Amino acid sequence: MDLSFLAIQALNGLSSASSLFITACGLTLVFGVTRIVNFAHGSLYMIGAYTAATLVPRLLELHFGPVTFWAGILASAIIVGLIGVLIEVLLLRRIYGAPELFQLLATFGVVLVVQDLAILVFGPEDILGPRAPGLRAPVEILGRRFPSYELVLIAAGPIVLGLVWLLLRKTRFGVLVRAATQDREMIAALGVNQALLFTGTLFLGAFLAGLGGALQIPRVSAHAGMDLSIIAEAFVVTVVGGMGSVPGAFLAALIIGQLQAFGILIFPKSTLVVVFLLMAVVLAIRPYGFFGRPEAVGGTHAVGIASSKRSPYAGLIALAVIGTGLSLPLIGDAYMLKVATEILIFALFAFSLQLLIGVSGVVSFGHAAFFGLGAYGAALSLKWFALPMEAALPAGLLLAAAGALLIGGFVVRLSGIYLAMMTLAAAQIIYAVAFQWVDVTGGDNGIVGVWPSAWASGQVPFYLFTLALVTIAVLLLMRIINAPFGYALRAARDSEARAEAIGLTIRRHRWLAFTISGAAAGLAGGLYAFSRGSVDPSLLGIPTSVDALTMLLIGGIQTVTGPLVGAGFLHVLRDQIMPLTSLWRLLLGLIIIAIVLVFPRGLVGTVRGWGEERS
Amino acid sequence: MTLLSVQGLSKSFGGVAAARDVSFLLERGELLAIIGPNGAGKSTVFNMVGGQLRPDHGAVLLDGQNITAASPQKRFRLGVGRTFQVAQTFLSMSVVENVQMALVSCNGESSALWAPARTRHREEALALLEQVGMADVADRPCSALAYGDVKRVELAIALAGQPKLLLMDEPTAGMAARERADLMDLTARIADAKSIGVLFTEHDMDVVFGHAERVIVLVRGRIIAAGSPEEIRQNEEVRRAYLGDEHALEKPKGLSPA
Repeated sequence: MDLSFLAIQALNGLSSASSLFITACGLTLVFGVTRIVNFAHGSLYMIGAYTAATLVPRLLELHFGPVTFWAGILASAIIVGLIGVLIEVLLLRRIYGAPELFQLLATFGVVLVVQDLAILVFGPEDILGPRAPGLRAPVEILGRRFPSYELVLIAAGPIVLGLVWLLLRKTRFGVLVRAATQDREMIAALGVNQALLFTGTLFLGAFLAGLGGALQIPRVSAHAGMDLSIIAEAFVVTVVGGMGSVPGAFLAALIIGQLQAFGILIFPKSTLVVVFLLMAVVLAIRPYGFFGRPEAVGGTHAVGIASSKRSPYAGLIALAVIGTGLSLPLIGDAYMLKVATEILIFALFAFSLQLLIGVSGVVSFGHAAFFGLGAYGAALSLKWFALPMEAALPAGLLLAAAGALLIGGFVVRLSGIYLAMMTLAAAQIIYAVAFQWVDVTGGDNGIVGVWPSAWASGQVPFYLFTLALVTIAVLLLMRIINAPFGYALRAARDSEARAEAIGLTIRRHRWLAFTISGAAAGLAGGLYAFSRGSVDPSLLGIPTSVDALTMLLIGGIQTVTGPLVGAGFLHVLRDQIMPLTSLWRLLLGLIIIAIVLVFPRGLVGTVRGWGEERS
Repeated sequence: MTLLSVQGLSKSFGGVAAARDVSFLLERGELLAIIGPNGAGKSTVFNMVGGQLRPDHGAVLLDGQNITAASPQKRFRLGVGRTFQVAQTFLSMSVVENVQMALVSCNGESSALWAPARTRHREEALALLEQVGMADVADRPCSALAYGDVKRVELAIALAGQPKLLLMDEPTAGMAARERADLMDLTARIADAKSIGVLFTEHDMDVVFGHAERVIVLVRGRIIAAGSPEEIRQNEEVRRAYLGDEHALEKPKGLSPA
């Protein structure tokens, strides 16, 4: 390892920092003005890459030269900017006042829609873009060859920073953007045309995302999956820099670029871990990132479970549900039992999340971490210590609880969107460990042969076993929600100031809630591992977290029974529709968006609302 | 022993001194008002006594015990109850559950995982609601109450901790004139009966001169006058501070009993 090698690594770090900054800058601007964390920002980046990889070669056929190449890149970015405008007008405009959980989920709905649309429009193949004319030959730096295109990228970051700075300082639009970032309500009170300002900001943000994506085409081929990988990194950059801060994003991108370039030398397999660890450390020390400010109180309102009169039929309904569950093996075939088993498991998973979101107002976006830890805990203790299922399930539960205890210690110090991002980061770290620590976890392939003990194997026994465990766990959790502990969590959610003034130790309560919730999710994960016979890293991924959130949303986060209904609904829907169409994600995305826009109270909440209106 | 002793509190935000060498005493059963023009530092002083802000200098003693660095939670256990400028209650709960929650916390049961919260301390909570005249709406959702009633519920919550000291930040802000006098009469009665010391900030001079036994005037972070309402009303310096708003210092007419 000599000096020239280090220099080249540093340059590599700078060029990836530039790309990252250009994309993250758009995300942070959009957040600053609209207060929406736009999950679809990564999708815009992906569209930028696809568009450029398709458009630029055609333009180069017409007229070969650097001007054509750069004009094509710019045109792609503008197209993406217009798509951003479309998203603002059709969706974001309707959810500016919604709770942040709904905003996150709605934009994730867009992610799902775009994933399928991108494949429809651009085809399933990766598209390799052309190399930039005039920049094909590498340059020599300290005796080593270095791609000249990377040097252009290195320059692109500061150029974009400069242009954005000029835009923000020297134009009326920029003044409004800065003002709105500081105080959105004041801007509204001053009679500024907000619709135009927000649409304009979305254009700018989407343009930057598209530019970031388009600039990648000579380096990497445009492919499905770019969206989630870049959005995770862009989140880290904006959060570390401070949400809404452009200089913060630049600084954070520089640090992360170098960390990735040199982290690869120290931990060859775990650059993801290093990046997310940085975020965890920064948030632990500065809860609002480098240049972020505390979010103004009184913005988005926490929504969740409220006290309601106990229905006189509640006990009867519960008995009827359990009775139906018990009699299912008599009427259902093996396939139906398999589906029912999975529904039960996901119901527990979603219900454990309800303790955090509906009861505590803690919006966790990485709940899959504990589901996955439970599954891996069970599978690993089976594989490495040859424990039977009876011991492996508790082991999984304990691992998940321990993970939740550790992560919760960081998380409960944060609030709002930073908290959501921290949970997301934690889940991604664990995902990266499971994915990259191949020797122990089996990497991408996961672990197979996770079968239940003899007495519980077979569709009927395992179903009944699951039914029993899930019923007990859900009843316990309900008990907790109605106990003083659950009320204390709701108290802290409703009013932190009041909760403190009556002596409640909010952080400690939330920490315990986080741990209990993690343990319950871990039990669900362990059961899932045994029901499928295998585990793999996808159990820890963002889509699994979003599944749980979607179930909660479908059922209704203001109701205790909502997640159970939501789990059943989503699972049956998926089971019935996924085989029929290749556009399942598109459909799911549209369902999520529709629920946020039309039925924000979910199925159970809406039905109950009808009942209350009638009486 | 003096209930509350505030000694030389100072606090700066950046270059702005929000409180400078603020000292005063408060006895049990006494109603003490802090007044002053906007930006005088009332809320800063208040939040330092309540534990939301840490002073740069000075000390806060409760019954002789130094609580300058104690958290709001600790102060609650030592007998400090408070209400907020914008009433803070648990809107997802019923009225009685709000008070039950405070009693649960008071009894150290807030981590209990088993017996339902809604059955705990219900009688005691109803008795407290009775005191503030809210017993008949005990089972209504707190979110369905009128604002004046929410303020009363908040008072009941604050009383649940059996406080020695009650801090009320602009207790009557946002209320109708009739309600203001009623709430303060109620507060004065309870404070007297339970010998609770009450420290409150207030913009409404009718409330201040009608209910406070002593008044402290804060201007630019400094106490410029302290004394009985009558002394304060005569004080030249105070009149100057309120220049242009002289009517504010006139004797209250009509509504509130002096």
